[in-house]
Amino acid sequence: MDKLQYADVNRDVVRSLVETGPRYYTALFIAIGVTLACFFFPWFYQLYYGIGAAGMNHPAVWGTYLASFIFWIGLSHSGTLLSCVLHLTNSEWRKAMYRSAEAMTLFSLMVAATMVLVHVGRPWFVHWTMPYPNQMELWPNFRSPLLFDVMAVATYLTGSSIFIYMGAIPDFAAVRDRTSGWRRHMYVLLSLGWRGTDKQWHRLGWAYTFLAVLIIPLAVSVHSIVSWDFAMSIVPALHQTIFAPYFVVGAIYSGTAGIVTVMFVLRKYMNFEQYITRVHFDNLGKLMLVLSLIWTYINILEVFTGWYSGTSTELEAMKYKMFGYYAPLYWEMIAFCAVAPLLLISKRFRTSFVPMLILSVAVNIGMYTERFLIVTTSLSRQYLPDAWGLYVPSLVEVSILIGSLALFTTLFLIFVKIFPSVSIYEVKETMATPNRRPSEEGVPQWQPTS
Amino acid sequence: MNFFDRFTKGWQKYRKPGYYEEFDYAWTMTIDLDRCTGCSACVTACQAENNIPIVGEKAFAKGRQMQWIRIERYWEGEYPNAKLSFIPMLCQQCDAAPCETVCPVSATYHNQDGLNTQIYNRCIGTRACAVYCPYEVRYFNYNDHHWDAPLDQQLNPDVTVREKGVMEKCTFCIQRIRTAKDEAKDDGRRRVRDGDVQPACVQTCPTEALVFGDRKDPQSKVSKKLKDPRAYRVLEELNTLPSVVYLKKVDADG
Repeated sequence: MDKLQYADVNRDVVRSLVETGPRYYTALFIAIGVTLACFFFPWFYQLYYGIGAAGMNHPAVWGTYLASFIFWIGLSHSGTLLSCVLHLTNSEWRKAMYRSAEAMTLFSLMVAATMVLVHVGRPWFVHWTMPYPNQMELWPNFRSPLLFDVMAVATYLTGSSIFIYMGAIPDFAAVRDRTSGWRRHMYVLLSLGWRGTDKQWHRLGWAYTFLAVLIIPLAVSVHSIVSWDFAMSIVPALHQTIFAPYFVVGAIYSGTAGIVTVMFVLRKYMNFEQYITRVHFDNLGKLMLVLSLIWTYINILEVFTGWYSGTSTELEAMKYKMFGYYAPLYWEMIAFCAVAPLLLISKRFRTSFVPMLILSVAVNIGMYTERFLIVTTSLSRQYLPDAWGLYVPSLVEVSILIGSLALFTTLFLIFVKIFPSVSIYEVKETMATPNRRPSEEGVPQWQPTS
Repeated sequence: MNFFDRFTKGWQKYRKPGYYEEFDYAWTMTIDLDRCTGCSACVTACQAENNIPIVGEKAFAKGRQMQWIRIERYWEGEYPNAKLSFIPMLCQQCDAAPCETVCPVSATYHNQDGLNTQIYNRCIGTRACAVYCPYEVRYFNYNDHHWDAPLDQQLNPDVTVREKGVMEKCTFCIQRIRTAKDEAKDDGRRRVRDGDVQPACVQTCPTEALVFGDRKDPQSKVSKKLKDPRAYRVLEELNTLPSVVYLKKVDADG
C-alpha cells in the first residue's frame, strides 16, 4: 500500500459514499423488489392464514424458519467477534475489513430477529417474552432457554450496534468535512461533534477496547444459548452437551465464510482493490481451515456420542440422520463443510479470489443444511414411532428464505452508502506517515492507552 | 436462618413442579390395555367435549390432525402372523413436565391440582413445548378452524375455541373438574368425592378401560388400580413423572 497517500484514502472512501452509479441503483431496486415479493408478501399471507402456510406438521413443529434463525445468528458471529479479537491482538490486517464485517453482524442479527417473528404463531404478542412491568402482573418464564435467547440476542444486537457506531465516529467526521448538502447535515449529527483532539482520541481508544473485551464473551454466549434451545430438550440427538461449542464453532465458521463473500463483493464492485488484498483472503482462509477442522471433529464426536449411548432412540436418530430420508442433505453438508475446505491448505487457493468466493458460498450452503438437519431430522423421529412424520418445506418457506437473503442485501446496500465501509482512520494507521521516513521498527501503531 | 439456608430453601421450592409445596389433588388416569378394544370412542368423545376442530382431509394428509387423545397402533410381524397392539396416548400430565420449563411466557404451567395446563390467551406459538414433549401430545393450530352449520350449534360453551397460532392439548377435562369442585363447595364438602368427576374419554369408554380419580385418596378406584403389578408408565426412564398409568396387556405369549 505504499503508493497510497492519506488523501487517497479519504477520497476513495468518500467517493464510495457519494458517487452512485446506475449499477448500484439496479442492485438496490432488485433487492428491494425481491424483499417485498419474496419476504413480506408471503409473510403477510402467512399472518393472515396461520403458520399452516408453511410445511410444518405434527411431530415436526419447527422448520426452516428456525433453521434460518440459527443460520443468520451464526452468520452474525464472525463480524464483531473477529473484529474484537483482532483488535485486542493488534492485527494489522483487520483494519481494512472490519467495518463491513461488523455491518454483516448487525444486519444478519436484524434478519434473525425478523425470522423469530416469522416463526412464532402469534408474533403480535412476542413482546411478552420481555420482562417488563405490566398491569397483568405477569412475568416471562425465567427457566426457559427461549427467554435467555431473546435476552442474549437483544444484548448482542445492542452491543454490536454501539461497537460499530463508536468505531465509525472519526470517519463520520472525516466524511462530514468533505461532503455538502443533506449528507453533511446527516454526518454532523452522526459524528457527535468530533474534532479529533487528543482527549477525544484517548477516550475513543479506551472505550473501544473496553467494548471489544465486553463483546467477546457476549458473542460466545449468544450462540451457546441458541444451542440450549435444542440441547435442553430431551429429544434424541438434540440432548447433547457438545451442542454449545458445536454451535459456536459452526457460527464462527459460517460467519468467516460470509465475510469472505462480502469482501469479494466489496472489493470487486466498490473499487477497494488497494485496501482489501490477497493478504486478507489468505488470513481468512487460514481461519476457515482451522474452523472447518474443529467443526468436522465435533461432527464425528456427535455421531460417536450417539452410537456410544447405546440407547435405541439415539441410535435411530443417528441412523436416520445419516441414511434416512434426509441423507443426501447430510452428505452434501459433509462434502461442503468438511471435505471442500481442505483445499484451503494450499496457499495458491487461499490467495485466489474467485475460488475463495465459490468455497465461501458453498460453506454457507452447507452450514444452512446443517441447521436444517438439526431441526428436521431430530424432530421427525422422536420417541413414539406412531408419531413419526416427515417435514418438507412449503413454497412459502422457500420464498421467505430467498426473501431473507434479499432483505439482508437491501440493508447492506443501504449501509454502504451511509457508513464508510472501509475504516478511514485505521487504514491510515497502517500507512507510512507522510513527509517522514518509516522508522526502523516499521510503521508506528496506534496503541489504546489504558 | 442465614442467607444460604434461605437460598437453599427457596431453591428447593423453585424446583418443585409449579412451585407448590403440596397439590390439592393428584388427578390420575389408569388405562387398562387388557380391557382396551381400540374402538376410538374416547377420541370421538374428546373431540365433542373439547371443541376440537375437524381439520379436514387435506390437513390430515399433511399430518396436522388434532386429537387430544389418539390410539397408537403398532404391528409386529408380517401377515398372517401379524400382531396388532394399540395404546391410547394423551397428555400424561407430567409432574416434571419438560414443556413447562421451556415456554418463555409461562403459557403452560402446573396448577394447584397437579395438572399441566395450557393458557391459550398467553400462548405466542413458539411450539417449543411440542418439541420438548416426548409423548407428542401437543397440537398446534396451524390455521383458524370453522364448524359448518349445524355443527357450530354443538360447540361446548364451557370450553374456548382456539385461534390460529396457539398450542393446545388434553386438559383432563378441566372444565368438569372445576364444576365438580364448585359443587363440592356448594354442598359444604371439602373435597370432591371419588367418581364425581370423569373426563369425557373415561365416561365414554364402553369397557371401562379408563379410570380417573384422585391418587391422594387411598380409597379411590384409581388408587386401587395403581397397586396392580401390571402398572407402568410410558417412557418412564425420562423421569417426567407422568400422571397417566398404563396396565400392561397380558396375552398368551406373556
